[in-house]
Amino acid sequence: MNTHALTAGKVLLDADALTRTLTRIAHEIIEADPELADVALVGIQTRGVPLAQRLARLIEERAGEAPDLGAVDITFYRDDVTVRGGEAPLAPQPLVRATQLDFPLDGRTVILVDDVLYTGRTIRAAIDALLDYGRPAAVQLAVLVDRGHRELPIRPDYVGKNLPTSRDERIQVQLVEVDEVDAVLLVSRPEEETR
Amino acid sequence: MTGSIRLVKDELRPPGPPPKRHLISVADLERDDVERLLGTARTFAASLERHVKKLPTLKGHLVVNLFYESSTRTSSSFELAAKRLSADTLNVKSSGSSVDKGESLKDTALTLGAYDPDVIVIRHPQIGAPQLVARVTDAHVVNAGDGKHQHPTQALLDLYTIREELGRLEGLHVAIVGDVLHSRVARSLVQAFRLVGIHCTLVGPPALLPRELQAEMTTDIAAVATADVVYVLRMQSERMQAGSNYVPSLREYSARWGITPERLRPGQKVMHPGPMNRGVEIDPRVADSVDSLVTTEVRSGLVVRMAVLYDVLTGGPVGVRALAAAEVA
Repeated sequence: MNTHALTAGKVLLDADALTRTLTRIAHEIIEADPELADVALVGIQTRGVPLAQRLARLIEERAGEAPDLGAVDITFYRDDVTVRGGEAPLAPQPLVRATQLDFPLDGRTVILVDDVLYTGRTIRAAIDALLDYGRPAAVQLAVLVDRGHRELPIRPDYVGKNLPTSRDERIQVQLVEVDEVDAVLLVSRPEEETR
Repeated sequence: MTGSIRLVKDELRPPGPPPKRHLISVADLERDDVERLLGTARTFAASLERHVKKLPTLKGHLVVNLFYESSTRTSSSFELAAKRLSADTLNVKSSGSSVDKGESLKDTALTLGAYDPDVIVIRHPQIGAPQLVARVTDAHVVNAGDGKHQHPTQALLDLYTIREELGRLEGLHVAIVGDVLHSRVARSLVQAFRLVGIHCTLVGPPALLPRELQAEMTTDIAAVATADVVYVLRMQSERMQAGSNYVPSLREYSARWGITPERLRPGQKVMHPGPMNRGVEIDPRVADSVDSLVTTEVRSGLVVRMAVLYDVLTGGPVGVRALAAAEVA
């Protein structure tokens, strides 16, 4: 990502607010799923992965029990791989990252974790990827930001913050693990959409 | 300001649609392309460890496999690779098709092109056949072997195999032994090894070492001793029997250049693109030893060909230069 775009936006959540938001989601997960041993958090590459890790840590601090942790890459499940007729794809394909699910999914409550929920197409792809690994008892969704504009019937179970946006705007989530700083920004310039 | 950098990026974008991407020769690849392809292959390998081995990635795409020469490994792995990515496959072999009735390559390509295939994988005894198919159809073309020229996916799967087994590529030493002259595999490998920094020595009978290849050459089989990997080529004996005298006899070849356990040190890896002539270029004890990577190469072939199909349809600049050159010619 280009650092100029990162620093130019309006700050919607600073580092403290981001931590408070994640803590609240962790509490909601503990309340909603008393059987934490059955819960698994699966982050969607890239920024969903550190978010899932932080949620797992927060849950362990509060409930004394850490849920299983995984990562899923949706590159091979996208619905915009190429345009028919041999032309170039709509947008450059992202780097393929690792899918890591070292525990059986069958019978588990899997909570997918992502940074921004937008059209819902990423989540559709993540659900399809997940189901190729096993048959969870339930799949839920936790997102840091829901910015609206859904194109598929998908709704989150845990939301950090609802941020109504216009399609010209862009929500940029920055995390220490990836971007060296914690913040959620509103960037007005549209970009090639990746989700 | 956020806009400035974005604007420059837009201006740098080339006008018009980008050229179609093919994989015709290893010469089309940069080091970055190799890295990307091997990395993608690795993620595909992980997907094959799942219970559900199919990925939906190329759903709705058509891959045509057009084979004018016999093949077990290459054709079966391209077919399975396409199927594992959910593409439709159409396999056309020269025998049993209208090629038997004398249809030209151009007409066959035009006919198959009418089905709007996304990728055409072609093997043909003549050099340049993949470029012809690329010119007359709208498909992305992958060369699965053209005459003595190139076999780029074999070179890529061998790089993948070496890296998975030895943990690295750069700085390794590979000895390629045998019938280099008739081998498109050797031609692709020499280029691929240079690209990734593998030192390469060609070993074989003087008449089977072509001078135009830019690699160290020797007729002394003792040169394999220092190699990390001994890459054995198939003795193309059908050509020997046709009255040519590249080597005095297969038995003589076997005695002087055959890879036997005595000529290897323990732990030295042995590769062979197949099919093997056991007892000619490779001793059966070597072929079946723990240091033989022959079946590993076959497994690598599947994931690397998945990566190539995915890459020509989505990824980096594969083969653009080759086609541009062919267009000028």
